[in-house]
Amino acid sequence: MMYLYSFLFAGFVCLIAQIILDHTKLTPGHITSIFVVIGAALDTFSIYDKIVEVVGGGAMVPITSFGHLLIHGALSRVDVVGPLGIVMGMFDLTASGITAAIVFSFIFALFFKPKN
Amino acid sequence: MVIVMVNKKYEKIVKRHQPKEEREKNALLAFLVGGFVGLLGEALIQFFCCKFHISRSEASTFMMITLIFIASFGTALGFFDKLVNFARCGLLIPITGFAHSMTSAAIDYRKEGPIYGLGSNMFKLAGSVILYGVVSAWFFGILRLLIGGGA
Repeated sequence: MMYLYSFLFAGFVCLIAQIILDHTKLTPGHITSIFVVIGAALDTFSIYDKIVEVVGGGAMVPITSFGHLLIHGALSRVDVVGPLGIVMGMFDLTASGITAAIVFSFIFALFFKPKN
Repeated sequence: MVIVMVNKKYEKIVKRHQPKEEREKNALLAFLVGGFVGLLGEALIQFFCCKFHISRSEASTFMMITLIFIASFGTALGFFDKLVNFARCGLLIPITGFAHSMTSAAIDYRKEGPIYGLGSNMFKLAGSVILYGVVSAWFFGILRLLIGGGA
């Protein structure tokens, strides 16, 4: 069942993005930034938490989960060290993704030439 | 005055000859491809959970790294650009779009040198995602703390 929910949710998010892209002058850069903010905003009242619980992997794949993970990294550190944790733990959960993207990009940039 | 009129005429001609974008087809493609990536994410989480006996959150980290690797490697080989042009938001909104923008910027700007080319331009597109993500997470995180939600 989770596979179906994953498919529907991830597809739905991409569908909204595509509709915004086609009907306005916003570029993909604008849309990804907006979606990250939406993901963080939905987590203010822990709506995105419930979505992740129900949908599973499909909710972790779209860029909205980036905002969700940033907030959760920050807040889980707040539990440990107090209010300063919101700055200390910001990248706790997203660090793996950002590091992986940087390292892979760097290595591939060294070995591959631009096509066209 | 004359220039303005000529410009308007020109715009009309341009508009008439612009290829009509098939919006319904684009939207359907984005839905199907994006849904497939979501399905793949869930499948990878299940796979890592069963294979390595790790928790779901750790498995989702592995899943993200796997998707980032696929997107980066595909961009380096060149076929991922064509897929992105084909599926548009279906691949740009998932985490693959983040990796794609970083790898393509890194490869494109490498010839301008390691510092002012590769180093300065790698985050050209992904930087806005991180900037607005961090600022909004900081703001909404404080809001959530004040409301009393906690982690």
